Amino acid sequence: MHVIDRRKNPKSKSLGNRQRFLRRMNWHIREAVKQSIRGRDIADLEGGQEISIDSKDLQEPTFHHDGQKGDREFVLPGNREYRLGDKIPKPKSDGGSGSGGSPDGDSEDDFAFVLSSDEFLNYFFEDLELPNLAKKKLKSMVSPARVRAGYSKDGAPQRMNLKQTMRRSLSRRIALGRPSKSECERLQSELEEAIQCGNEAEADRIRDLLSSMRVRMQRVPFLDTVDLRYSRFEQIPRPTTQAVMFCLMDTSASMTEDLKDLAKRFYMLLHLFLKRHYRAVEMVFIRHTYTAAEVDEDTFFHGRDSGGTIVSSALEEMVNVIKARYPVEDWNIYAAQASDGHNFDYDMPLTLQLLEQEILPLCQYYAYIEVGDDIFPGGSVLWEGYTSVIQRHKNFSRAEVIEASEIFSVFHDLFASDGVRSHG
Amino acid sequence: MANRSLLYTGSEWDFDLLRHVHDAVEEIAVEELELDVYRNQLEVITSEQMLDAYAAIGMPLMYRHWSFGKRFVREELLYRKGAQSLAYELVINSDPCVSYIMEENTATMQTLVIAHAAFGHNHFFKNNHLFRQWTRADRVLDELTYAKNYLAECEERYGFEAVESLLDAAHALMPQGVDRYAPKRQSASAKQEKVKARREHLEATYNDLYRTLPTAPESRHQAAKDEENDIELERTALELPQDNLLAFLAAHAPKLKDWQREVLEIVRRLAQYFYPQRQTKMMNEGCATFIHYEIMNRLYERGQIDEGAMLEFLHMHSAVVSQPSYDSRGFSGMNPYALGFAMMRDIQRICESPTKEDHDWFPEIAGSGDAIATLRTAWAEYRDESFVLQFLSPHLMREMRLFLVSSRASSAVMTVDAIHDESGYHELRRHLASQYDLSKQEPHIEVLDADLKGNRRLVLNHRVRDGKFLEKEQRLRTMRHVANLWGYRVRMFETDEETGVTFDDFDTVPMP
Repeated sequence: MHVIDRRKNPKSKSLGNRQRFLRRMNWHIREAVKQSIRGRDIADLEGGQEISIDSKDLQEPTFHHDGQKGDREFVLPGNREYRLGDKIPKPKSDGGSGSGGSPDGDSEDDFAFVLSSDEFLNYFFEDLELPNLAKKKLKSMVSPARVRAGYSKDGAPQRMNLKQTMRRSLSRRIALGRPSKSECERLQSELEEAIQCGNEAEADRIRDLLSSMRVRMQRVPFLDTVDLRYSRFEQIPRPTTQAVMFCLMDTSASMTEDLKDLAKRFYMLLHLFLKRHYRAVEMVFIRHTYTAAEVDEDTFFHGRDSGGTIVSSALEEMVNVIKARYPVEDWNIYAAQASDGHNFDYDMPLTLQLLEQEILPLCQYYAYIEVGDDIFPGGSVLWEGYTSVIQRHKNFSRAEVIEASEIFSVFHDLFASDGVRSHG
Repeated sequence: MANRSLLYTGSEWDFDLLRHVHDAVEEIAVEELELDVYRNQLEVITSEQMLDAYAAIGMPLMYRHWSFGKRFVREELLYRKGAQSLAYELVINSDPCVSYIMEENTATMQTLVIAHAAFGHNHFFKNNHLFRQWTRADRVLDELTYAKNYLAECEERYGFEAVESLLDAAHALMPQGVDRYAPKRQSASAKQEKVKARREHLEATYNDLYRTLPTAPESRHQAAKDEENDIELERTALELPQDNLLAFLAAHAPKLKDWQREVLEIVRRLAQYFYPQRQTKMMNEGCATFIHYEIMNRLYERGQIDEGAMLEFLHMHSAVVSQPSYDSRGFSGMNPYALGFAMMRDIQRICESPTKEDHDWFPEIAGSGDAIATLRTAWAEYRDESFVLQFLSPHLMREMRLFLVSSRASSAVMTVDAIHDESGYHELRRHLASQYDLSKQEPHIEVLDADLKGNRRLVLNHRVRDGKFLEKEQRLRTMRHVANLWGYRVRMFETDEETGVTFDDFDTVPMP
């Protein structure tokens, strides 16, 4: 009888099957994901997502009897009042009475299961992309990547590969017959025994053996320099496209907590998307009231700041950052601006001028998201002002978000792959 | 009986304890119950691995297919939601007999599982005649390894889609892929050998000169006749009518490539492997349940498990063997554990303390005294259907309050045709037995005709019994699978088994 501990075996033996299942149901799952993101919180994305799909296409057909037709008899347990010849009305549908033999999956309309958050996001971001990424200096932009390249005989001490080294040490020790420590100890104890018994001849023999062993141990070191092996790495150049995403957010007093929350959700989604899909995308966070400042990620998402609204300040800041750090010929530049649409009237000409003459010519794509209450849909200062921009610039688009539940679909619209995007 | 020391206290266990428990259980099983088992191998797994094993229809090794993924995500959701708990064990009919036990189990559960699976199911697998006849326990794991590797290789060579759609079709025909009566056929590889040898012989003896010889008009006529003979020969080689649709397609479908035939054969062998299990589910579970009940009680009598463990065991045991009545919410047909266990306990009662009635009904075994020997014979020589037919006693029918309801297509109401009384016992028993007869429960579909030279149409026939037709939508979809395998038009009749009247006639063409 054997008892075997299999708990350490790889767990996800069914992964291959699961992937085959997901691939087969690809279309259904994509639809279901679209359905299920309505009214969902971004925080929800942390855990797994339960989705359900139509089970009809999941059925595995077999030849089997139609449960409604034909004569059938069944033996049931638990009779209480029935006597021979009693009549029982037929149940309306074939449930309950347990006629047996109906294969699984027949009675369910929907097949529910859990997608992991990774799988879910994959489906969600599947057909999204940064538009017009084909940019500039593709060949010259290479970033080195470090890959493992076997072992070498010399290297920095911290790269020493213990496993390889010990393997060589062991084979050398076996080959040259280095006596092991336990062997010496055994002989030592035998020697003591022999001395106790007074067997001098035996004791001498063992003493000789021991001394020759010690000499051998001296000559054949435990670890020799020829044993040492080091992990080797090579730098392999990988071409990349560089892109930077500017996140501009209005944090003025007119932006209520709710509106800021909406805007932040949008940026979080953007952040998640860029981090998953593009390795070399940098993000620049700019928030503005009547002045603008570049801030770090944490401050951007969690900071509290308030004041009046001058949109052009943010645009100016963006232009400055571009000039200072992101030469246009090397970088694909993107921007996403979120605001409640308020701006001081006197600032509008400057804002539009900055946008049209400085920023849009530099940008691959510029998205404007207006977060707002639904009292005056599409009637804000910025929305009106930007209307003319849309016609003149293909790389500008805008969208409006009123409720948190719309964020996913708005995001989808703004970053859908070519041809799907809706302007306006 | 000698008082021995407790095997364990509390719920903790370790690997040494498993060994001790196994040895203690083995002592009772082999010496007292005289069970005959394969060597045991216990494998401890986590709940996640149990879910994995579930998905692969309980097999430790399985090829990959989306339907197993479907089963996996389904079980996973049910388990996570707490709608369903996992089985405590899984056991494979192989030599050595592999039992999977979960690490979450308590010591009592592990003892129960060892008695149930490693001795109960194990004994049944090794001794029941269906398993002995149809499955080779020592080859199961090799066969599965082969199947897994072969299909992985096919996926690599011919693409996922090709293998997947082939498996879809093969799985759809699995119920029609078992040999019910016929002796084992010549293996496909042996047939191929024969064909190959013949071709080689023809090639070796080929002489181009023969072609130049003038042929007489009669011999031309002869050639045509030969061809006719060939067709006739080929038709007899088809062995029509043929019940095993899957084997037929694997051997004769004109368009299939060799690897596709082999895949069909793999699925057919799998279906055949499961066929004895499907025919003996109730007996198998009953046997394992009866054995664990005996062993746990004897362990308790010997003082090897304490009262707490015994109570925990009884709690689980009674949940397993409960049979909800037909009108309760939890009812989902006969519980195989409940019926099997009740029948075996009843046999024990008949052997040890029979009533007058038992003497009338079971003169051979009533009062024989040696219940275990009687049961061992039953476990070896019966399947669910014949077991019920032979051993269901009036006493048990009364106890379970069985009754027979029949529903005729012609009538608007169902009638109670028999209840647990003197006039109903025989009828009840006969009908309950036929509920376990797979050949009556599953549609009987046969290959009637296959035209290999002309329009290449395949003709199937569903032998309709008691007006039970095939479910239409699934019939259409399954027929499409048949047509895709066959490669040409497939026609199906539904004819009444007794009168031979054709009710329905249905045609499908392959749709790639």
